[in-house]
Amino acid sequence: MNKIKLIIQREYITRVRKKSFLLTTFIVPLFFIGMYIGVIFLTKKSFEDSHAFVYIVDDTQEVIHKLNSSKNVTYLKEAQDLQQQIAKLGEKKHTSILYIPRDFYESMKVEYLSQDKPNINVQSEIKDTLNKIITDKKYEQLGISPDIRNSIKSKVIMNAKEIRADGKAEDSNTEVAMVIAMVLSILVYITLFLYGAQVMRGIIEEKSNRIVEVIISSVKPFQLMMGKIVGIGLVGLTQFALWIVVSLSLAGVASTFLISKQELTQEVFGNKMPVDTLTVSSVEASGDMAEIMAMFQNVNFTEIIVCFFIFFLGGYLIYSALFAAVGSAVDSETEASQFTMPITMPLLLTYALSFGVLINDPNGAIAMWLSFIPFTSPIAMLVRIPFGVPLWQIILSASLLVVGFIFTTWVAARIYRVGILMHGKKASYKELIKWFKYKS
Amino acid sequence: MLSLQNIVKDYANYRALDHVSIDVPKGKIFGLLGPNGAGKTSLIRIINQITAPDEGVVYFDNEILSPKHIEQIGYLPEERGLYKKMKVGEQMIYLAQLKGLNRIDAKKKLNYWFDKLNIADWWNKTIEDLSKGMQQKVQFVATVIHEPRLIILDEPFSGFDPVNAQIIQDEILELNHKGATIIYSTHRMETVEELCDNIALINKSRKILDGALYEIKSQYKNQTYTIEFLKSNVSIQSNESFELIETTENHDITRIKIKLKIPHTINDVLLSLIPHVQIHQVQEIIPTIHDIFIEKVTQTSIYEQN
Repeated sequence: MNKIKLIIQREYITRVRKKSFLLTTFIVPLFFIGMYIGVIFLTKKSFEDSHAFVYIVDDTQEVIHKLNSSKNVTYLKEAQDLQQQIAKLGEKKHTSILYIPRDFYESMKVEYLSQDKPNINVQSEIKDTLNKIITDKKYEQLGISPDIRNSIKSKVIMNAKEIRADGKAEDSNTEVAMVIAMVLSILVYITLFLYGAQVMRGIIEEKSNRIVEVIISSVKPFQLMMGKIVGIGLVGLTQFALWIVVSLSLAGVASTFLISKQELTQEVFGNKMPVDTLTVSSVEASGDMAEIMAMFQNVNFTEIIVCFFIFFLGGYLIYSALFAAVGSAVDSETEASQFTMPITMPLLLTYALSFGVLINDPNGAIAMWLSFIPFTSPIAMLVRIPFGVPLWQIILSASLLVVGFIFTTWVAARIYRVGILMHGKKASYKELIKWFKYKS
Repeated sequence: MLSLQNIVKDYANYRALDHVSIDVPKGKIFGLLGPNGAGKTSLIRIINQITAPDEGVVYFDNEILSPKHIEQIGYLPEERGLYKKMKVGEQMIYLAQLKGLNRIDAKKKLNYWFDKLNIADWWNKTIEDLSKGMQQKVQFVATVIHEPRLIILDEPFSGFDPVNAQIIQDEILELNHKGATIIYSTHRMETVEELCDNIALINKSRKILDGALYEIKSQYKNQTYTIEFLKSNVSIQSNESFELIETTENHDITRIKIKLKIPHTINDVLLSLIPHVQIHQVQEIIPTIHDIFIEKVTQTSIYEQN
């Protein structure tokens, strides 16, 4: 037992010390945060593109006071007369002129003058605002007070709730569940491959440089195999923990950076832009954020994280044992591909299905079966979990996973003990079965 | 020290060891000889408990061989190998710990060996930075660092230049003098005569010969001698005490090769010669282990063909 600890230690320390480990620790969160920043940047850009500065030339001298800047439109009220203003058009990008004639309330006609093609959203927003101004005016003329109007106005709120088996109602957020399911599916798929392949490469290295004979004259082949699998598994868990820490701290840095950038924009636009534009938009944005945050608050992250670790570990143990058997059977990595293809098929299949059948029908028969079969359950179950899975199913699936990895480890160990000492013999499936049958 | 009894090892299509029994006496250097594919490696793997025999028993110090003996055995495999990217010192300590040493002892012993072999400055190098011969030296240290009582060396001199081969040979002899029993597996016969006390010859999965080296050699003496004498006019012919095999002449020396006729001794031969020639040198022809090896191996294959 002491010796297996030594092996685990070596596998762990040599890998954690590698530059590539440090690199992936930082690069993966950076990649995700980069994506996040990219999305924000693109939204911002599209916001800028659709934003218009509108000079108002108002002959009624009344409408102008009722126009308030919004997310898409900034009204500039310090306009000169129409001819002068037209002459100045084009000095600045995205500016246009809204001309309101004296007979606006009767004719209901305005003119919108811009240099480039007018943005359809901006147009419709201005139209809506003007319509409201006219309606308000008409209500006023009819003597209906704003209070009465407010009481007539109706707004239906629909609250989607899911009734669970235990009869409790729960807020249902299918979109959020889908996003989490997809993230989990990608994460498990990639990491199972990543660490499984590392086990295989490590074994091929030991076999091809022949140190394996020295080591198994000191420890049992099974100890060496398990030591490697456990050591690399711990590297994986360390990596996850570091990703969480690094992501959180990078997110912190990024958010302060974004805030200061917002302040910066404010300074750039300076006095030309009324402050209320930004406050309005940021209030709205934070409103969206709050909504999203609220949706996420309904997600049971503890359950997801616990299940992630259980199913990642289970899947890792199953697949790394298979990868270990393959690594012991071949002399080089190129030779290994003929075996890795078939053993990773179930994984690939579930991964592909997870974006279709599994996510659309997480409680259907296919999803259910796939989440019980040990070779597919690490992905299938994790995809289902954000949608809510009864506890007994999780426990059953996890238990089957344990049975699965005990079985694959047993098979792998039998092939491994023979395979690591075989050189120059091209391994075939027939050969592997023969090795498996050898007495120990 | 080590006793293997009736060992049988079967692989899928062939029998690698067929009822092989070997006794390795304590404190001796034991030569395990045989052509390629004879079964030497299979036998060594059984002693190292890498594989188990299908039949037969192995005794280590009169106890049935078990995992607790692992720490008393050091093994240098024919195919050398170390972790290429790992530092020399760290790797040696790891391997020593796997053999049951604790970290501190491992470090102490390692320092001793590295100083002894003058390789102390390799500590922080990675294996891939070392030349092949240097790697061999490091691996030799890894084999003996835990002071095993039984050291198994499979072709220990391959890959060494003559100078380093001599250094390693001296180290092996020193370890032997300090009490370690050594199993030396090879198919290079020159060193066997120099090093081994006992040998076993394995061919085609069977042991075909074993015993103390000097006994085997005397067994294979076939009563032939070379006799040199100053050239004379007398021509030597076979007589009742010997049979003349060949005569060669070189300057003023004549050399004859003779075979004794039983029950005569070399003294009888000399008595018959002395009256006629002036004897210069007499030497018994002792077969080299190389000759015995070749003879036995070809014999068995002829036997098998018939």
